[in-house]
Amino acid sequence: MAVAAKGEMTARLAHFYRRSEGARGLALLSPTMLIMLAALAAPMALLALYSFWTQEGYALNTQFSLAQYGTSLGRQTYRALFYRSIEISSAVTLITVLLAYPMAYFVAFRVERSKFVWLILLTIPFWTSYLLRVFAWKVILGYNGVINSGLMSLGLIHQPLEFLLYNPIAVVVTLAHAWAPFAILPIYVNLEKIDRSLLEAAADLGDGPLRRFCRITFPLSLPGVIAAAVMIFVPTTGDYVTPTLVGGSDGVMIANIIEVQFDRVGNWPLGAALAMASMAAVGILTLLFVQATRAAAARIR
Amino acid sequence: MSDETYLNIDHVTKRFGKVLAVNDAQIAIRRGEFFSLLGPSGCGKTTLLRMIAGFEFPDAGEIYFEGMRMTDEPPHMRPSNMVFQSYAIFPHLNVFNNIAYGLRRERLARAELQRRVEDALVMIKLDGFGPRGANELSGGQRQRVALARALVRRPKVLLLDEPLGALDRRLREAMQIELRALQKSVGITFVFVTHDQEEALSMSDRIAVMSAGQVLQIASPRELYEAPNCREVADFIGQMNFFDGKVTGRDGGMARIDAGALGMMEIETGASTGASVLLALRPEKIALSAAATNSVKGTVMAAAYLGERSHYNIDVPGLNEPVSVATQNVGKIASQGHEPGDTVHMTWPPGALVVLPRD
Repeated sequence: MAVAAKGEMTARLAHFYRRSEGARGLALLSPTMLIMLAALAAPMALLALYSFWTQEGYALNTQFSLAQYGTSLGRQTYRALFYRSIEISSAVTLITVLLAYPMAYFVAFRVERSKFVWLILLTIPFWTSYLLRVFAWKVILGYNGVINSGLMSLGLIHQPLEFLLYNPIAVVVTLAHAWAPFAILPIYVNLEKIDRSLLEAAADLGDGPLRRFCRITFPLSLPGVIAAAVMIFVPTTGDYVTPTLVGGSDGVMIANIIEVQFDRVGNWPLGAALAMASMAAVGILTLLFVQATRAAAARIR
Repeated sequence: MSDETYLNIDHVTKRFGKVLAVNDAQIAIRRGEFFSLLGPSGCGKTTLLRMIAGFEFPDAGEIYFEGMRMTDEPPHMRPSNMVFQSYAIFPHLNVFNNIAYGLRRERLARAELQRRVEDALVMIKLDGFGPRGANELSGGQRQRVALARALVRRPKVLLLDEPLGALDRRLREAMQIELRALQKSVGITFVFVTHDQEEALSMSDRIAVMSAGQVLQIASPRELYEAPNCREVADFIGQMNFFDGKVTGRDGGMARIDAGALGMMEIETGASTGASVLLALRPEKIALSAAATNSVKGTVMAAAYLGERSHYNIDVPGLNEPVSVATQNVGKIASQGHEPGDTVHMTWPPGALVVLPRD
């Protein structure tokens, strides 16, 4: 009797599994989802929890408190770091997308043979480690670096330029180079799939090359531009390595101060609150950006 | 329709690498004409249309609109508009903005723009569809929007690249009639590319038949069907029987031709004595009877009853290929038909045989 019921149960489950697309989807996702739960969701939850606690000397006060958020948003130093991080990553995003678009456009519209080779070439910076690429920029921009020694040997300057390295501009330059392929590829994919007859139709209806670009090519490539911008803005806001290596004291970003809280200062709750606040800020700004861009694009007719 | 040449394609040649896509095409299209470029795929008709539109540029020859040289002008500088085979409806714009696309830069007053687009929507029987998204349209509706988008600019020439190819049969036939009526009412010169000979015959004022980059014949549908100028045209348009013949003598405008198994005949043609010619005869011009004098005798090989007509393949002694015959089933009695194995006699009216040069 019990055995029969069990068999029926299995059959029912099997039937449900076959009928329900959702169940099959979840089953397919489950390995990835388990890793995500263990390695991402759980630490995040812990981080959120910490951000509501308080550090008292060496002891942790687990009483619910918003004090860390008050400090994060209230103290002038932290606010300035938030602003600077967002300024730097906005500049990186803008510059990278502006530089990536023509490259993606060139490969999508002008290259006729061996596009694949071009795409591989564009990803070559990724073949070396991120750290090496940052160090390379240090070599280029440094006091005795490529630019300074080059200019000095040409006799254009007599003292090495000191404004090249250890400032926000160095951070922007380094990040823009490091993230370029992340911008080129999504924009390329969107440009590549634009039906060329749409551009012919626009030309036929009286538009010259510039108007064609503004009215057809650009609006249709917008999903790629948005994807590129988000993919660069979100991680660069929280970047830690580049400002540490090339930023100097003026190029410190929010991630550096978060690291300090967790490591040297040992104030985990404040570090957690700063991390949560910067995550929220990035999330809200990204949503606003996507909405604003879509709204602006809908006005193009 | 006036006889004045409106669009002049003057000895135009276009190569793609080693392929000769269009070879020395010379076509004069008149104002207000419904002109078709007809031919099998790869014959160069679309390339020719794209050169008129300005998407391709000729390697040799000139294109004139109303006497103005337009050979090297880009598409946006030409007084023509095109309906694309894929329709090329802008996916990010709604129906209204698709149709208004080509009017935006004309700096019309808002009300005037609105009125012209609304008029166009009424013309294509899609009034009220303005706010619809481009992806919410059926194939036929997309085709109409593409048509309206081109016509709303009031072009001097409308170019249509197989616009009905993607529609199902019933819709295609309805659109043929509508398109023809529309062309008559707006009075714009249409240049229509198609590989469908029936479509070309039923819609066009004149047709240019193309093959392998060559313009073979330019004529009215009736003339193309009744008096093709070469074997390819005769073969491409409708069905045709071909026979070998030899001119044995001339008598004024008439030539005496020895057509072998078909016997001796006199036909009006310019072919000179001793020339080998090709004789072409439409299957439906042949009448079959059980007994007749002064006719060609043959045996029915195959018979197919197709409702309003019947098809027969008749084997005639001395001919390599069976003769194809189509008869209208006007009588009510099915026994009028002929069965395989029957001996039949074929007759045709004088003038039904067309003399073509041998190639």
